[in-house]
Amino acid sequence: MAKPMNMRDKYNRMTRDLGWEPSYQPKSKIYPQIEFEGIKIENWEQWEDPFRLTMDAYWKYQAEKERKLYAVIDSFAQNNGQLNITDARYVNALKLFLTGISPAEYSAHRGFSMVGRAFPGVGAQVACQMQAVDELRHVQTQVHTISHYNKYFNGFQDFRHMHDRVWYLSVPKSFFEDAQTAGPFEFITAISFSFEYVLTNLLFMPFMSGAAFNGDMATVTFGFSAQSDEARHMTLGLEVIKFMLQQHPDNVPIVQRWIDKWFWRGYRLLSLVAMMMDYMLPKRVMSWKEAWEMYFEQNGGALFEDLARYGIRMPKYWEVSVQEKDHLSHQTWATFYNYGHAAAFHTWMPDAEEMAWLAAKYPDSFDRWYRPRYEHWIAQEKAGHRFYNPSLPMLCQTCQIPMLYTDMDDPTQVVYRSTEYQGEKYHFCSDGCKDIFEHEPEKYVQAWLPVNQIYQGHCGGATVPEVLNWYHLRDGQDNRDYLYSEDRQNWLRWKEASSQLETT
Amino acid sequence: MANNMVYLALQNNEDARPIIEAIAEDNPHATINHYPAMVKIDAPGRLTVKRASVEEKLGRDWDPQEIQINLISISGNVVESEEEFAVERLS
Amino acid sequence: MQIDIRTTNLQPLRHTFAHVARRLGSDKPASRYQEATFDLQPTTSFHYRPLWDPERDLYDERRTAIQMADWYIFKDPRQFYYGSWTIARAKQQDSVERNFAFVEKRNLLDLMTPEWKQKVQEALVPLRHLEYSANLNNCFITAYGYGAAVTQATMLASMDRLGIAQYLTRIGLVLDGNTGAVLDVGKQAWLNDPMWQPLRELAEELLTLQDWFELLVAQNFVLDGLLYPLVYERFDTRISENGGSALAMLTEFMVDWFAETNRFTDMMLKTAAAESAANKTVLEQWVRRWTARVAGALAPLTEHVFAAEAEAVMRELQDDLRTRAKKKCGLDL
Repeated sequence: MAKPMNMRDKYNRMTRDLGWEPSYQPKSKIYPQIEFEGIKIENWEQWEDPFRLTMDAYWKYQAEKERKLYAVIDSFAQNNGQLNITDARYVNALKLFLTGISPAEYSAHRGFSMVGRAFPGVGAQVACQMQAVDELRHVQTQVHTISHYNKYFNGFQDFRHMHDRVWYLSVPKSFFEDAQTAGPFEFITAISFSFEYVLTNLLFMPFMSGAAFNGDMATVTFGFSAQSDEARHMTLGLEVIKFMLQQHPDNVPIVQRWIDKWFWRGYRLLSLVAMMMDYMLPKRVMSWKEAWEMYFEQNGGALFEDLARYGIRMPKYWEVSVQEKDHLSHQTWATFYNYGHAAAFHTWMPDAEEMAWLAAKYPDSFDRWYRPRYEHWIAQEKAGHRFYNPSLPMLCQTCQIPMLYTDMDDPTQVVYRSTEYQGEKYHFCSDGCKDIFEHEPEKYVQAWLPVNQIYQGHCGGATVPEVLNWYHLRDGQDNRDYLYSEDRQNWLRWKEASSQLETT
Repeated sequence: MANNMVYLALQNNEDARPIIEAIAEDNPHATINHYPAMVKIDAPGRLTVKRASVEEKLGRDWDPQEIQINLISISGNVVESEEEFAVERLS
Repeated sequence: MQIDIRTTNLQPLRHTFAHVARRLGSDKPASRYQEATFDLQPTTSFHYRPLWDPERDLYDERRTAIQMADWYIFKDPRQFYYGSWTIARAKQQDSVERNFAFVEKRNLLDLMTPEWKQKVQEALVPLRHLEYSANLNNCFITAYGYGAAVTQATMLASMDRLGIAQYLTRIGLVLDGNTGAVLDVGKQAWLNDPMWQPLRELAEELLTLQDWFELLVAQNFVLDGLLYPLVYERFDTRISENGGSALAMLTEFMVDWFAETNRFTDMMLKTAAAESAANKTVLEQWVRRWTARVAGALAPLTEHVFAAEAEAVMRELQDDLRTRAKKKCGLDL
């Protein structure tokens, strides 16, 4: 038998050697999107393949992952694995996951198919297409895993309908649509590099480890199984950045601006994750603050030291993210608690033990700023005056999160930034979001801002019940306090039945 | 202070155990951290997973690409060859 | 005791997601295909118009002349979602791997007459480039098509086509003993040999097509519908008659894949045609136009293999395609 070809040559034969220089059609007609962002690529042949996986090996490894994952999903359903979780409050984190994150995986799937067709280099096309099909995997395995929870808990049932409408879900939706509606180079910088490489570890590592800690073996399996694809995606993200930077010096400022923009946009999106980690996991693995230090400050720091040789610095406003780490999760959770009547998951106040944990993890902020507020709300609730904020919040024009973040020097003062564009005033939660708007105002004025849409009469009516109805959010079942929820009643009944079962 | 840390995170399961053992032996400068369902291996500079070492632990052929099945995350630049899978910093 | 508790206390609140239940007509257990497909693509509340297509929304029905009231009546007969697809392909891949090993170990391709071995190199290996453009075309449909039911199947097809391009590359490497010489000759032929130029011209034209449904018709129904029977049935039969039956072991994937994927493609055309007379007319025009165009582009390749019989072969293939369009898709050509 003939001597095998080495891995690199063989992979080249299997990918880039398939392509050719067109002569019957101008290249600009086959790849029309490649010029307008101003990125200059001298030679696509210099693309370094981030990984070398041919389809035969892809099918083999991915099928092995899928067989394992679906075996766990099947056994989880057959054995009613949902009864093994620590506490039904945990399920609310999964509700946020399915309504907010799984649809984003779908967007990534379509977005990578767009760039997998848009880039002229075969190496880049193949890497992007492989990610496109992986992302399809992710949304589908998440839907299949959470399908069983949907059968037993409220709030999951209309996740697709909700994702396109509910106020806080416009945060992830606008994030991904912002990337998909940009050009191919910006999309891949946004998603592959800033989001996948710099930020998603925060979601998938501590949160999934948290799922395991809380007895949810189905979620940890899909989470880590998806994450095994992410390792490839992160490698792609880094390669794309290096490739653009090496191809032409004119690319450096463009890429830096995208890194600045997408770091900030991704960081704001992760405030939902911060709250999931610190408040929604009954048993906690690590705090948001610890995770930010480990995954962003340490590893992100090392990454940007590597990139310094190409003229890239740390993303603008990264210092703000570090200042905010003592406050981010608390301010976000407090806001959801106040708007718990309009959220498709349940909210609650941490109990004494949980407050002690928060105080220990956040010695500089929790007891001083947040415990007093929580104790007040708990007293109010006990006195029969559970406070729900009846007004509609003002949203940041860029990230679409309500104006809830405060000045770090004075955590009682909410940050308001604004700018004028064509005679209209626009509002922002931060300098980061304001900068993003000011660079592309013509894009961000288009934003489908949920609160503005309600005021304009596009969301079923002007009252909260009408809007909830339009969201398909069932008042009294999907929303409000966990303590009085159907979820909790069912949970207690099932647990009692299963404990009877154990004693008989 | 220069920060040149890299890491590999693997699922904490039966399949990954020989890989983790091989990494630990081949990378004495690494720190192994255990989390629920996950093992995160941190090191300055470089982490190498050697085909030969894993094969010895497994008692069968092992392709470095198989690490994909149990890999959770990485930090660093990936270097792949027939003989090893590594992550490293440029400096 | 156990049964009592399980049945009385652990009754599910619902059997599937609400958007799935609305499509099924009631809340009843849904298949994995249904839960993984229905309504996954956003249809409303878009935030920003694409910089690359400012006249339209991110996902927009107006990127094709075909009009549908509901894009989820397209149902993949194979019910492929990622998991079922990748497991099915891994099984096929196992068998392909065994076949390659068997053929390589025994040098079975050397049993072909030199003349036919040459023909295989000339007429089969360059098709890897055409498969690559088929990959890009299906990727285009995935990117700009409408509805997850359609675009997930074309996504999987994109990867299948890359896989086929890679299997053809491996056949080239078996033929040249892993030097790449046969691949190099094949690529030069694809770029310069008059026999391949009409087909390459067609491939490049398809890469500029903007209507994604027309592209699906042109690439997946017409081009594949003529090329696959030509190469993997008729050409393959000739090769087998000339000592090359081992080659069939290496193209088994393509044969099985074509038969399987046709069921999806036919469903697409049939469902769209049944929707309205306007759709049916558009589809018939597309099939007619592209059949003539593709048949012309395949003529030199057909002549190279079938010599004097080429015209008859191409006529029969076109008749077969028209019959398929009528019987499987309800189109009158």
